[in-house]
Amino acid sequence: MSARSAIDKARARSAWIFVTPMLIVLALVAAWPLARTIWFSMTNATLVDLTTYDFIWFDNFIVHAEGRWYGIFTDPQWLRALWNTLVFAAVSVSLELVLGVIVALIVNAALPGRGLMRAAMLVPWAIPTVVSAKIWQWMLNDQFGVVNAMLQGAGFVDGPVAWLGGSSLAMVSIIMVDVWKTTPFVALLVLAALQTLPKEIYEAARVDGIHPVKVFFKVTLPLIKPALIVAVIFRLLDAMRMFDLVYVMTGSSEETMTLSVFARQALVSFQDVGYGSAASTGLFLIIALITVIYIMALKPLGRERAE
Amino acid sequence: MARLRALVVAVVALFALGPAQVMGEGAQREGVHVAIACGALGIELEMCAEAASQWARETGNTVQIVNTPNSPGDRFQLFVQLLSSQSSDIDVLQIDVVWAGMLQTHLADLSDMREEADAAMFPALVANNLVDGRFVAVPWFTDAGVLYYRKDMLAKYGFTPPETWQDLTRIAAAIQQAEREAGNGRMWGYVFQGKAYEGLTCNALEWVSSYGGGSFLAPDRTFTADNPRAAASLDEAAGWIGTISPRGVLNYDEEASRGVFQTGNAVFMRNWPYAWALAQAESSPIRGKVGVVALPAGPGGESAATLGGWQLAVSRYSKNPEAAKDLVRYLTSAKEQKRRAIKGSVNPTIMALYDDPDVLAANPFFGTLSSAFKNAVARPARPAGARYNQVSDAIWRASYDVLQGDKTGKAAMEDLEEEIARIAYRARWAETKVGQ
Repeated sequence: MSARSAIDKARARSAWIFVTPMLIVLALVAAWPLARTIWFSMTNATLVDLTTYDFIWFDNFIVHAEGRWYGIFTDPQWLRALWNTLVFAAVSVSLELVLGVIVALIVNAALPGRGLMRAAMLVPWAIPTVVSAKIWQWMLNDQFGVVNAMLQGAGFVDGPVAWLGGSSLAMVSIIMVDVWKTTPFVALLVLAALQTLPKEIYEAARVDGIHPVKVFFKVTLPLIKPALIVAVIFRLLDAMRMFDLVYVMTGSSEETMTLSVFARQALVSFQDVGYGSAASTGLFLIIALITVIYIMALKPLGRERAE
Repeated sequence: MARLRALVVAVVALFALGPAQVMGEGAQREGVHVAIACGALGIELEMCAEAASQWARETGNTVQIVNTPNSPGDRFQLFVQLLSSQSSDIDVLQIDVVWAGMLQTHLADLSDMREEADAAMFPALVANNLVDGRFVAVPWFTDAGVLYYRKDMLAKYGFTPPETWQDLTRIAAAIQQAEREAGNGRMWGYVFQGKAYEGLTCNALEWVSSYGGGSFLAPDRTFTADNPRAAASLDEAAGWIGTISPRGVLNYDEEASRGVFQTGNAVFMRNWPYAWALAQAESSPIRGKVGVVALPAGPGGESAATLGGWQLAVSRYSKNPEAAKDLVRYLTSAKEQKRRAIKGSVNPTIMALYDDPDVLAANPFFGTLSSAFKNAVARPARPAGARYNQVSDAIWRASYDVLQGDKTGKAAMEDLEEEIARIAYRARWAETKVGQ
């Protein structure tokens, strides 16, 4: 008994020794900046002078004063950014999911040149986002862009289309580029799942003469669901904090401003550390909330499987 | 070692020249290093480097030219990053006329240069750089919005340059239609800066102010955006889009509008004076066909030109502030401003240079400009202070909404006033006074 507890103790000690460096690193790179941002979100600090500020509780989030409501939760621009972010996340993730599954099914089929296809498919995903954003920005340029040149050449449009100039088209363009860029990621996850599926099921289905579309919805889709769930979680979290693509392609334009772009603008352009931190904290809370809802919604699913 | 040598030189100088002169020539110790960040538009950088190395030769100091981003917005952010980390990498900075209030905590007080500035320079420019009683930057060159027009076209159709916006709209529409019927299908009436950026704030201020609609935020920080004249002026501007101005003007900055005008495809253009020298260049298709007048006035208002321009400031974190100040004094001197005016068509801040025969010989249009400078209106940078970027962002977004047709002038100005109130609350303007 005592010998065992001594071994346990030794094990626990070595476990702590192994884990401690990781905990310290995490505290330094994740917990400390996060705590500092949350702290600043309750102050009125500015970059003009970071050493003197007042603690103002939740005034950066919501406060009623002088007959008006103030704070990010009542700021039309922040709400617009929230709406943009949600639209962007919902539309882009849905499209990526559908297209990703289709692409995965295609490259999973035994076609000639499959290996090349699989490699080529990953190119958009492999290019650094800033680079691909810049490439697309030039391609979509209204004066010298190749996209307009092709569309005009083919006679689809009369004059140049201002893809990234102020209109709802800018959001459409950004979603398009994001779909182009991250569909390969979804496709890769789905492809991995497809390759683990047992061949016998499909042979049985073929013997029974079941229509391939029915096979897909009744057999394939339920079997790759776990992979899809992982893909959606990854993509949703990524999309909610979308920054680089939007910032490079349309800057701080209101039509496409996401929550991260809003936070950057408040922090750097407007030097308003308090407000910008509040915007970042707001984004953090929203992402946390969405993750919790998503996990809760998936719980019955896991239980089902356990039974 | 260097410090020891400097000390020896200083001590020797003390005995050789006597105390008064050493105090006066404090910057002339040997081996002091000064870094300057100046603009890089056109030949700006070249002229800055020439003058700075001339100064270095005369004083025995060394000078380093720091490269900065070309876009003023990016440059501002670089300065904010450097200065808020109290970096001593840059001693002398070239700052925009609207930055004084935003950067003032990081800038050294140049009050000992104020007397000279007061005596010779445009008073509005000097006043612009006074923040809380400190003189934070010396005006270096100046700018104001002006109206360019095609002399040949106006003469051809028998018009004189417009004095009101209504005249401009009428003349632009008439010439545009006549030219198009004559087969010149790409001709437009009027181009300006309609992209959502600082340039639109400048254009919108000119419209609103020329209608007698104030400047969005009064010098005493009263919110003045929401008034019928301001709304009417923006509605009029929105009426130009797609009629006398191409829809693409919503994405034009200075260079994009100059591109259309200089290729001969517009009758009128609003721009800064720099476009003159380029429009009159050897290779310009409209060389000799261009005129410059003050911008039109609104009904019952007066012509208004947005004041622009650049100043030289000294960083508070500079290790050699005296030498840095001496460099600023050298670069803003009448001699150097005259050289820049002749070589680069840069508008001096010293009033007397506008009567200088050499300057006028090189730039005959400077006579027209001095009246534009007289009518110049300042962007609300002084009342907005450290919040100017935020206020300007709100102004250009509101103006853009009207130009795009998303909002009426009235609705946009109501929203703008609401937004400025929001900024005012965050900045606690109610508890503090306007920087004087």
